[in-house]
Amino acid sequence: MSTPQTLFDKVWDAHVVRHVKDGPDVLFIDRHFIHEVTSPVAFLGLEGRGAPVMFSGRTFATADHNTPTLNQHLPVADLLSANQLAALERNAAKHNISHWGLGHIKNGIVHVVGPENGITLPGMTIVCGDSHTSTHGAFGAIAFGIGTSEVEMVLATQCIMQPKPKKMRITVNGKAGKGVLSKDVILYIISQTSASGATGYFVEYAGEVFENMSMEGRMTVCNMTIEMGARGGMIAPDQTTLDYLKGRELSPKGEQWDKLVPYWQTLKTDEGATFDLDLTFDAADIEPQITYGTNPGLGTGVTHQIPMADTVKDGSASYKKSLQYMGFAENETMLGKPVDFVFLGSCTNGRIEDFRAFASIVKGRQKADNITAWLVPGSHVVEKQIKDEGILDILTQAGFELRQPGCSACLAMNEDKIPAGKYAVSTSNRNFEGRQGPGARTLLASPLVAAAAAVTGVVTDPRGLMDNV
Amino acid sequence: MAYEKFTILRSSAVPMPNENVDTDQIIPARFLKATERKGFGDNLFRDWRYNNDNTPKADFVLNMPTYSGKILVGGKNFGSGSSREHAAWAIYDYGFRCVVSSFFADIFQNNSINVGILPVQVSPEFLEKIFAAIEANPKTELEVNLPTQTITLLATGESESFAINEYKKHNLTNGYDDIDYLLSMEEEIAVFAETRPF
Ligand code: SF4
Repeated sequence: MSTPQTLFDKVWDAHVVRHVKDGPDVLFIDRHFIHEVTSPVAFLGLEGRGAPVMFSGRTFATADHNTPTLNQHLPVADLLSANQLAALERNAAKHNISHWGLGHIKNGIVHVVGPENGITLPGMTIVCGDSHTSTHGAFGAIAFGIGTSEVEMVLATQCIMQPKPKKMRITVNGKAGKGVLSKDVILYIISQTSASGATGYFVEYAGEVFENMSMEGRMTVCNMTIEMGARGGMIAPDQTTLDYLKGRELSPKGEQWDKLVPYWQTLKTDEGATFDLDLTFDAADIEPQITYGTNPGLGTGVTHQIPMADTVKDGSASYKKSLQYMGFAENETMLGKPVDFVFLGSCTNGRIEDFRAFASIVKGRQKADNITAWLVPGSHVVEKQIKDEGILDILTQAGFELRQPGCSACLAMNEDKIPAGKYAVSTSNRNFEGRQGPGARTLLASPLVAAAAAVTGVVTDPRGLMDNV
Repeated sequence: MAYEKFTILRSSAVPMPNENVDTDQIIPARFLKATERKGFGDNLFRDWRYNNDNTPKADFVLNMPTYSGKILVGGKNFGSGSSREHAAWAIYDYGFRCVVSSFFADIFQNNSINVGILPVQVSPEFLEKIFAAIEANPKTELEVNLPTQTITLLATGESESFAINEYKKHNLTNGYDDIDYLLSMEEEIAVFAETRPF
């Protein structure tokens, strides 16, 4: 009998073109996503070498990082942004790469549109010049972010060179409690492992909590895996995965689908396979989460106090600096803290399920006067679902507006910037200093916690608002 | 893109003991709008380095005339966060050739080597010694020797070895990159591609 293998091993090993002696593996890449920010210099490099794109059909381009979320039909006002968007369009056309630019019906955030259109499949290797490429691991793919030199590499040769990471398994047993979403599960895990606790590892998620999760929820978990330093995260494909993929525009059809299903069913960790690190958590310990510091590991249950400096792993000097930036102090209670902005969106929580959750709380209530809310769907497909399901009406009646798809305040490259000193409860993935605008203060949370803040104007436990739904 | 070959570097160093320096600090997202790779050094650590009115912040280390050199010494978990290679470009463009820390984020480490910066991971104890030596004498010199894989505090001769895989070392010493290597195996890749089911 052959040695038991992990899911990660199976997918990785199937893509190794060559092992370099005393060096990295040459890894074949099935799908490559590009966007306007990290690709222009890669194309320049390619031209400098006189190299063509090797397999243009394996690369997909979408514009998202830099795009406005209002008036997308007008020319982009910011000249530098407009330049990048034009460069992407030009490069895609020149090299025969499919391009869903601004205004295209399929446009949206790269990690939302990939899965939604069936481009992402189990057993693939997927890369993109964006660290949250880990999102696609929800389908049992090995997916991770790369730098611009590597974007050039994939364009030129469809391969990258990577040392094989170590393997970690994170198991969460039990059932998620009331008001606990996939975002809370991953924020909890990161708070337990710290922002660097998984550096050098690739994570596989296992256990009842993930088995019961929708594909949207799994994407949220894999998306934020990178925030504990891991290269990526993955979940074995199951019936939920197949049901999600079947019939999507670019999913395999007919005979090809029938051939792939048996292969996909082999994509799971064999009994007895070993990991370099195995962590286990209990779902009963997880409540709705919120972060209070300037890295995603500095988070806690929404009803908790901010921990004392001497109890945190990450070193107390940077911890205190972090609290100072946030304008918080040790031992303060998170509940009741004033909030100025609420951001619902990003490739972490910009999918239909996130809007449903948000709407479930704001339904029949009103946006608090002190709150500016930016609700940004992850794609036009999500935007359409919001309208078709009547969610837009609920949002409008509660005093909210819906913006147009894009990365928006997740990284504040367009005009959606949180002003200095202001507090934002954000469903995105990073609370670094200035991430959402110079001086902005970010509290990461789930769509439910964001909705609770949006209607009360302060940090609020959403569970108290859930009885009417 | 071609970069300077790396063999032995002797230089004073700039200390930045903060932990978890993330790439959003190294180069804030709003400076990622270029379509060419130039001028990033001007915006290295932009928000730590300049006030809102673009005047330099006197208490930030890059603005202190006392400190200079081609080596940046950072606290634990340097380069975490976004995969933007622009962070490595900014560091290179500013004039650093080597970053020393007790722990690097994965993607940053990869990106650095790809653009010609040597990331040197030392023990937390040695990192403390380096910070102490710079504090005692800001002009103190370090020697980073890639062929022997050692880093030495020249004043005291204290030294530590660091790890780097042979392949990456070969590239850095010769100024090659991965693409040169991969382009040389194009046929092998084309044959492999035929075997993929999707
Ligand atoms: S939404 Fe944020 S994390 Fe996701 S792709 Fe856009 S910038 Fe990156």
